[in-house]
Amino acid sequence: MSKILKANEQAVANGAAASRSMAMVKKYGIVGVLILMIVAMVIVKPNSFPTPNNIFNILTQSSIFGIMALGMTLVIVSKGIDISVGSVLAFAGVVAASLGQASTAAGKFFPDMPVLPIIIPIIAALLIGAILGAINGSLIAYTGIPAFIATLGMLTIGRGLALLYTSGKPISTLTPGFSVIGGKIGLVPVPVIVYSVCILITWILLNNTSFGKSVYAIGANIKAAEVSGINVKKNLTLIYAYCGMLAGVAAIVFAGRTGSVHPGAASGYELTAIAATTIGGTSHAGGIGTIWGAVVGALILGVLRNSLTLLSVNAYWQQIIEGLIIVVAVVIDMRKNAKKK
Amino acid sequence: MSEQKHLLEMKNIVKTFPGVQALRGVELNVAPGEILALMGENGAGKSTLMKCLIGIHPPTSGEIYFEGKKMEIANTQQAIQAGIAMIHQELNPVESRPIMENIWLGREPKNKLGLVDHKKMYEMSKEVLEIIELNEDPRTEMQYLSVAKVQMIEIAKAISYDAKLIIMDEPTSALTNKEVDQLFKIMRKLKEAGKSLIYISHKLDEVYEITDRITVFRDGQYIGTEETSKLSIDKLINMMVGRDVDEMFPKVTCPIGEVKLEVKNLYAGKTFKDVSFTVRKGEILGIAGLVGAGRTEVIEAIFGIRHVSSGEILIDGKPVQIANSRDAIRNGMALLTEDRRTDGIFPMLTILSNMTTSNIKKYINKFGFLKSKKMAEDGFKFIEALSIKTPGLLQKMENLSGGNQQKVLVARWLLTEPEILFLDEPTRGIDVGAKAEIHKIITSLAGQGKSIVMISSELPEVMGMSDRIMIMHEGKMTGIIENTKELTQAEIMRYATGSISEKTA
Repeated sequence: MSKILKANEQAVANGAAASRSMAMVKKYGIVGVLILMIVAMVIVKPNSFPTPNNIFNILTQSSIFGIMALGMTLVIVSKGIDISVGSVLAFAGVVAASLGQASTAAGKFFPDMPVLPIIIPIIAALLIGAILGAINGSLIAYTGIPAFIATLGMLTIGRGLALLYTSGKPISTLTPGFSVIGGKIGLVPVPVIVYSVCILITWILLNNTSFGKSVYAIGANIKAAEVSGINVKKNLTLIYAYCGMLAGVAAIVFAGRTGSVHPGAASGYELTAIAATTIGGTSHAGGIGTIWGAVVGALILGVLRNSLTLLSVNAYWQQIIEGLIIVVAVVIDMRKNAKKK
Repeated sequence: MSEQKHLLEMKNIVKTFPGVQALRGVELNVAPGEILALMGENGAGKSTLMKCLIGIHPPTSGEIYFEGKKMEIANTQQAIQAGIAMIHQELNPVESRPIMENIWLGREPKNKLGLVDHKKMYEMSKEVLEIIELNEDPRTEMQYLSVAKVQMIEIAKAISYDAKLIIMDEPTSALTNKEVDQLFKIMRKLKEAGKSLIYISHKLDEVYEITDRITVFRDGQYIGTEETSKLSIDKLINMMVGRDVDEMFPKVTCPIGEVKLEVKNLYAGKTFKDVSFTVRKGEILGIAGLVGAGRTEVIEAIFGIRHVSSGEILIDGKPVQIANSRDAIRNGMALLTEDRRTDGIFPMLTILSNMTTSNIKKYINKFGFLKSKKMAEDGFKFIEALSIKTPGLLQKMENLSGGNQQKVLVARWLLTEPEILFLDEPTRGIDVGAKAEIHKIITSLAGQGKSIVMISSELPEVMGMSDRIMIMHEGKMTGIIENTKELTQAEIMRYATGSISEKTA
């Protein structure tokens, strides 16, 4: 009798182990896709794809929406969405640029202002991002309106603020500090360094802090979070504030790379950030998602865009292919979550 | 308090919800190291009192003493700090996260940098899991655990709070016998460690096996507390149900015709087994049993919305295939679901839309448009026939009282002109006056020769309305009995708790 029971338990344990290893396969499956893409490109374009220049090019191009995808991961894990980050980037970007114009700039935004150290526009951008994000978060937490609606409002408002602030004109000729951010240290582009630092910090935040654990709990089972004494409203506000702050970081990188910020900048970037997060396996059903998934997702999009360009695929087709990949990724994600039940 | 005899003392607790007095001055006390059973029929106020205790619904009035000190508990956090933990009937796991994060959620151990110390959390979890003798890796995600193990994790969590009092609300309802034994072992272990437990259960055998004393509630009132070893089952059942059949259920005897519906040896996996019964024209068959006995599942299976593993359904003596609800409706069946809010009504739509939704095809004219005049005529007819209190047909459903919403749903099904009506808890959550009216409607439907199958958890309702009563216990039919004057609630309870079981045809 006890033998049978043991055998049963063993079978259950095996089942659990099997489903766990399936989970591993699925978890690493997305890396497999990335590796496959890279290998294919190395074979097809051995001269232009695997060069250090092109690799750093991909990483640099991925860094802006990659940084936004990190914050987006927290938001989506908590079962929310933030479609305002593109507009938040634009507003934070124009304010930062206006505080960081070189003395030689024609039609300076603040004509009489001395040239400020680069840290001032950086702080301004991060602060604006965090404040707009906190407004999103507290609206969602305290009024109970859906995240989509709250951030839809901010998408419009943020863009409006950027246009109002600049009267619709771009702000150019930035200080050398911005060129450093857009430039390289040795071989390594600075945006890639900024991106790496953001990855590390966000990874620690999500995996090694009480806050991170609450993000998962809120997304997976908000009632369990409440019963366990977690301050759900405060945490939701912080989640969106952090996401907004990373949009501020992305704004600085954007300004550094382009040397100019116009109020229409980064339109649609929120969708790329959501796409990267989603391809990386973060579930819109809440409670599931990883930072490195968001990184892999961003790299897949980066490699895809780069490859399609190298392969001279028509730009319109590129968009269609990207869209297909997003939908397929979500279908796979839904399947894998449905199977657990 | 000179002598601290009780760990917990609740005195004269009153809890009123708008329109309902859920607790009418009840008391409860628990000694240290004691397992106390809290018993009573559904709606007796057991869960409400426990929610008062852990701060989910603070009491309207009354006093709570814990460890001899008077306490005001305003939220769950305070209850946890005081040392009171509750394991809810509906468990709350964070499924996508590991066991250890579930146990320490919101209280994660930290290192000097203020970061979560996973190693320490792992060690601490191992210790707690050892206490409850659960051999699982703390890093396993909750979704890979069985219900029984999730339950055990909840107990582990309660232990990790260092709770002095642990409340368990029907913890065995989803467990197998072996798992129940394991649970009891842990409960005894906790008791030996000086913890007190409040055990809410309907299962008499379990209560007699594990508890020291039994407190009984009825209709929000305290009936009494007895030592388990000195209380006979008959006396306990009497304490739980001991009221007379209300005059709200005058049984009108209707002429009963030939057999309309026959169910033969119906099985549905583990949900229920071997259910057979017949219903005649003009007959009301009551289905009694405790919550979770499988009553709803049986009628859902017959109605085609739940998978049937084997069995046969005959209507008018002919076998029928019912694969989905459309088949059921075509065969003259109607189902009034248990949970109006989620399964039945469209709160934002009008009464008329709610009434006609199952039967909308009847009102389509040859151009494909709706015959709105005919719809309104039928609507008014039922407002009158069922005396639905509403200013008009275009009133939104959400503005109606529960009783009137229920009447609209009855109208919806009557519009499909059913021969067989399944009513699942037709008067749950409805005030007394509306209840009597619904009962009158049910009786008059039977009088028109319709066959009625009515599930109810309220014994007076079952006994007041039914011609015959089928009783279920844990997915099995324990008996079908004629509803005679001699039948007592105690007898039905014996069937419903599984203490007797007999097969009748």
